Amino acid sequence: MKVTVDQNKCVASGQCVLSAPDVFDQREEDGIVVLLTEHPPEQLADDVRQAAVLCPAQVIWVEEQEQEE
Amino acid sequence: MPRAAGCPFDPPPDLYALQAQAPISRVRLWDGSTPWLVTRYEDMRTLLGDPRISSDSTRPHYPYQGPGQKERRTQSRAFIAMDDPEHARLRRMVTASFSIKRVEALRPAIQKIVDGLIDAMLAGPKPVNLVQAFALPVPSLVICELLGVPYADHGFFQANSRMLIKRDTTPEQARAATQRLVDYLDGIIGDKLAHPADDLLSTLAERVRAGELSRREAVDTGMLLLIAGHETTANMIALGTLALLQHPDQLAQLRDSGDPRLVASAVEELLRHLTIVHSGRRRVALEDIEIGGRTIRTGDGVILANDIGNRDPAGFPDPDRLDIARNPRHHVAFGFGVHQCLGQPLARVELQVVYSTLYRRIPALQLAVDLDEIPFKHDGLVYGVYELPVTW
Repeated sequence: MKVTVDQNKCVASGQCVLSAPDVFDQREEDGIVVLLTEHPPEQLADDVRQAAVLCPAQVIWVEEQEQEE
Repeated sequence: MPRAAGCPFDPPPDLYALQAQAPISRVRLWDGSTPWLVTRYEDMRTLLGDPRISSDSTRPHYPYQGPGQKERRTQSRAFIAMDDPEHARLRRMVTASFSIKRVEALRPAIQKIVDGLIDAMLAGPKPVNLVQAFALPVPSLVICELLGVPYADHGFFQANSRMLIKRDTTPEQARAATQRLVDYLDGIIGDKLAHPADDLLSTLAERVRAGELSRREAVDTGMLLLIAGHETTANMIALGTLALLQHPDQLAQLRDSGDPRLVASAVEELLRHLTIVHSGRRRVALEDIEIGGRTIRTGDGVILANDIGNRDPAGFPDPDRLDIARNPRHHVAFGFGVHQCLGQPLARVELQVVYSTLYRRIPALQLAVDLDEIPFKHDGLVYGVYELPVTW
């Protein structure tokens, strides 16, 4: 999967960090989202999808990619 | 809308009926206005996340909860009642203090506060009013420390806050209480300008000095955080405890588990089940919006009833059952959209510490009166109990 975020519209609720702390972090100065990896490993996929659903500002997008053979 | 007798934890029957039969319908308010009332979970999420929905309380037809609330918001608006870009500018000045890392770092201090208050209760006479002895002091001590407000003033700010979150507060009472809090916080901001410390109000004072924030904006932000920082969590502690005492199997499961994941899940479930901010999120439509077969017109007031939204079977199976293991993180107790509660990480950690400590340390905790003698905050914009006499 490929993950993108929009820092300009993030409201720093922290929901993504609670869902997938290995994929999302927050900036020290204002709590705005920091994407740690654009391509999280498969075992974190559900957590990342949950982060996208829970994000109140709706600024996390998940692009599902076909598994390569 | 009144709750049903004997069902103090459930939303009013009228809301259940509307959700089932007319999920987006007009209601009549205290001032004769007729905003839309939205009662289904998905509709609520959709609208709260829609940039065509405004939180700006200065717009015509903004559906105020009562004349006192109208007066309060006219006197002191803060970013909760503004739209972007003003809202984002002001909110981002305080978000750093509520990041997951910063709040987690407070956990040991919160644990110490909780343990200290339990020590005092155990050493004192029984029965105890849990609201005064525990539920109010926990979040008040925490928010005072975080903001840099002297806890010695808690009697003053708790009494004035309470005035501002009652449905029947008159405009005169609301104006006076708001003015007292404005003067109080202005004094503290002045102190922080002269003697900066390591706290949030000093950070705001520094922004004032740098010309990035007006002094009045700093005062309004500080007041919002002070009120929201203690009243809400206090009600979750007391009402949550009462709900658990009425569900002894759930209480035993929570007390005996020791699993932090179950504790975190119980916090989410009690937030969902109780939805103490029970007077709905208030908005105004900026454009015509089609939803659920209805058209909300430009300028119409909209109320999103998150208490009944959190009991929608389409969002939560068997929604009226309290099940601390269900971990319903998608609830709307903190709202949804860009205004979703700023303090939610702090509220979560406070409640996790309380729920994992209080019942373990006082396993025989029980009500000292009958349930029907408990005074519920039916007149509050934030629901809860005025008193909770307990013994052990």
